[in-house]
Amino acid sequence: MSTAVAEVPVQSRIHYLNANYGIKSWLFTTDHKRIALLYLGSITLMFFIGGAMAVLMRLHLIEPAGALVQPETYNKLFTMHGVVMLFFFLVPSIPATLGNFLVPMMIGARDLAFPRLNLLSWYVYITGATFTLYSLISGGVDTGWTFYTPLSTHYLTTHVIAAAMGIFINGFSSILTGLNFIVTIHKMRAPGMTWKRMPLFLWSMYATSVIFVLATPVIAIALFLVMLERVFHVGIFDPAIGGDPVLFQHLFWFYSHPAVYIMILPGMGVVSELVTCFSRKKPFGYIFIAYSSLAIAMISFFVWGHHMFVSGQSLYAGFIFSALSFAVAIPSAIKVFNWTATLYKGSISYQAPMLYALGFIGLFTMGGLTGLFLASMATDIHLHDTYFVIAHFHYIMVGGAVMAYLGGIHFWWPKITGRLYHDGWARFAALVIFVGFNLTFFPQYMLGYLGMPRRYAVYPAEFQVLNVMSSAGASILGVGYLIPFVYLLWSIRYGPVAGANPWGAKGLEWETPSPPPTDNFEEPPIVPEEPYGYAEPEHAHV
Amino acid sequence: MSESAASSPLAVPPRESAHSANPALHHQFEDIEQQHDAGNFGMWVFLATEMLFFGGVFTGYIIYRSLYYSGFAAGSRGLEIDLGAAMMFVLLASSFTMAMAVHAAREGKHRPLIGFLTATIILGIAFLGMKFTEYFHKWQEHMVPGLNFHPALESLRGAPERTVEMFMCFYFFMTGLHALHMIIGIGLLTIMAILAWRGKISRENYNRVEVSGLYWHFVDIIWIYLFPLLYLIGGRYK
Repeated sequence: MSTAVAEVPVQSRIHYLNANYGIKSWLFTTDHKRIALLYLGSITLMFFIGGAMAVLMRLHLIEPAGALVQPETYNKLFTMHGVVMLFFFLVPSIPATLGNFLVPMMIGARDLAFPRLNLLSWYVYITGATFTLYSLISGGVDTGWTFYTPLSTHYLTTHVIAAAMGIFINGFSSILTGLNFIVTIHKMRAPGMTWKRMPLFLWSMYATSVIFVLATPVIAIALFLVMLERVFHVGIFDPAIGGDPVLFQHLFWFYSHPAVYIMILPGMGVVSELVTCFSRKKPFGYIFIAYSSLAIAMISFFVWGHHMFVSGQSLYAGFIFSALSFAVAIPSAIKVFNWTATLYKGSISYQAPMLYALGFIGLFTMGGLTGLFLASMATDIHLHDTYFVIAHFHYIMVGGAVMAYLGGIHFWWPKITGRLYHDGWARFAALVIFVGFNLTFFPQYMLGYLGMPRRYAVYPAEFQVLNVMSSAGASILGVGYLIPFVYLLWSIRYGPVAGANPWGAKGLEWETPSPPPTDNFEEPPIVPEEPYGYAEPEHAHV
Repeated sequence: MSESAASSPLAVPPRESAHSANPALHHQFEDIEQQHDAGNFGMWVFLATEMLFFGGVFTGYIIYRSLYYSGFAAGSRGLEIDLGAAMMFVLLASSFTMAMAVHAAREGKHRPLIGFLTATIILGIAFLGMKFTEYFHKWQEHMVPGLNFHPALESLRGAPERTVEMFMCFYFFMTGLHALHMIIGIGLLTIMAILAWRGKISRENYNRVEVSGLYWHFVDIIWIYLFPLLYLIGGRYK
C-alpha cells in the first residue's frame, strides 16, 4: 500500500535514527527500534568477550598437557564462556534485538505496549552484565555455568555471588521483554491482523515469551537460594548440612532446559521468514509451523529431567523424562520438514540471509538428532558429560541459534539501517562460518563418543589429532565472525541506499520506508490478506 | 469482523483527535480501552511470573517438609499462631478496602478513593509491624538461621537441630520475600494515593488503581498459602 515511498531518498527523510541526536536521545529513548540497537551493541560486545574465552580454551587444548593456562584458569574460562554466551548473548540475542525491532512493526503497531518497561529491561540487562563482568575481572568463577551445588555453595572461594547476582538480575530483563511481547501481540495487532495472519516469526516470539515469563523466575529463585546458602551457611542444597543437591539441579534445569528453547525458537522463527522469502512461496503448512512453536514451548517445561539421568533421579522418572524428550523432538521435526517442503519447487535465490537459513536447517537437524542420543537413557550413560554433549548443544546453539541470528541480522539490516551491505562478502562470510563451525564441532562428537570428558584442562595424547582439528576450525570460525562485523559497520556509512523492500519480501515491516519513521508507519496499516502472499509459480508445473 | 475492518478505511479511528482529546492516552495505543486492556493483561502476565517465582520456594519447602517432618513440625510449633492469624485477618481486611478503592476509582468518587487507599496502606503497615515483631521475637529466641541460631532445647522438641534450622530458613525466606512484596505494594499504593490526592486519577485512567489492586490481592493470596504451610502444620491441636 505504500511502495511509492521507496523513491524518497533516505537523507531527506525524518526517520527513527535522525529524529534527534545526542547520547541522551539514546539512553532515555523509549522507541523500541532504538532499544533494539542498544541491545544489539551490548550483546555484540558480550559475544566477543565470550568468544575470546572460547579462543583461549581452544588454544589451550592444542596440546594434551595443555598449552596455555593453569587448570584453575581453564575452569574459569569455560565457566565464564558459558555464563556470558548463554545468559548475556544467546538468551537476549534474537528476542531483544530483532524481536524488539520487529514485533511492533510486524503487527502494525507504533511501539510495544510498555515502552518504558522495555527501556528498563535494557538497563536491568546492563546491571546484570556489570555484575558478571565484575566477577570476571576480579578473578572469575569456576563452577561451570551450571552452578552445581555443593561445589558452588561450599567448596569454591571464587566470586560465585557476583556472577549469580548478575544472572539473577539479568533474569528480570528477560521477564520484562517477554511480558511486553505477550501483551503487545495480544492487544496491539493492527486491524485485520488476526492470529492466523501473523508472520511465523511472531508465533515463535510469542512462544519464547511464554518461556521467558514462566521459566526465568525459577532460576532466579534457585540462584538466590545459592547466594543465601553461601552467605549464611544454611543447609538448602549442601548435603553436609542437611540440604539436597539434586533439588538445585531440578530447579536449575526447570529453567535451563526451557531456556534452550528460548535460544532456538526465535531462530526457528527467523528461518521460517527467510525460507519463505527466498523461495518465493507460502510456507508449507503455516498452521503447523505456528502451533509447533507453541507445542515446543509447552513440552519444553516437562523434559528437564533428561539432564539428570545419572544424578540419582529415580529410574521411573527417567523413563518419563526420556519419553517426553522424544516427544519434544516431534514439533521440531515438523518445522524442519515444513521448511524443506517450502523449498520444494520454490524459486530459490541464494542471497546471504538464505545461506544462513540453509546452514541452520542442516546444522539444527544434526544437533537435534544427536539430542535424541542423549535423551535415551542407555546411550546417555556412555555420553553424559563428554564432548558429545558439547558438540550437541553447540550444533543447536551456534549452528542453530547463532546462524539464525546472523541470517536475521543480514535479512533485516537494510530495514534497520537503510543501507545494503556487500552481498559477495556476506556470502563468503556465511561459507567461512559454516566450514569453520563444522570443523570445530564435528570432531567433538567423535571425541565424546571415544570418551573424552568435558571440562578437563588436559587429555590423553591419542585425542590430540581431533583436538587440533577442532582448534583449527575455531580459528576459521573466529575469522568468520569478524568479517560480518567489519562489512556491516562499513555499510552503515558507505553501503548503497536500500529501498523499502530490497528482498521483495512480504510483511508489514517491508511496507514502510527504511529506516522506518519513529512511529513505524506513515499511516496506520490495515491487513487485508493472508500472510506470505507470494505469487505461486504456477508456470513451473507446465 | 476483521474483514469488514479491512475493507473500510473508516474503521480506523482518526488518531490525532483520539490523542489530543485524552492526554492520558499513551502514544502507542489507539484508544483508552486498548490501553486499559494492555495494562490489566500486563499485570496478569506479571503475576504469572510471580507465581513461578514463589513456586520455586514452595517446591523446596514441600520437598524438605516431607523429608524432615519432625523438624518442620517442631519449628512450626515455635511460631506465634495468634499473631499469624491476626496478620491474615489484617490482610483480608486490606483486600476488602483495596477492592473498595478500585470501585471508588471506577465510579470517579474522589474522597472515598483516597480514604480506602489510605486504609489499605495503614493495614499493610500494621501487617508489616506484626511481622517484624515476630522476627524480633525469633531473634530473642536465637532462632535466626545463619546469624543467630542457638535454640533452647525445648524449642527443638526432640527434632534434629539441622532440620529445625532448615524450617526457620524457609520461614524467613518465604515470609521475607512476601514482606518485600508488601513493601513494594505499599509504595505503589502510596503513589496512587498521592496521585489521587492531586486529582490525577479520573474515570478515564482509573485502571492504574485497578492494576495496583491486582498486585495487592496477589500478595494477599500468597499469605493465605503461607499461613497454613508455616503456622498450622505442627499438629498442635491433636
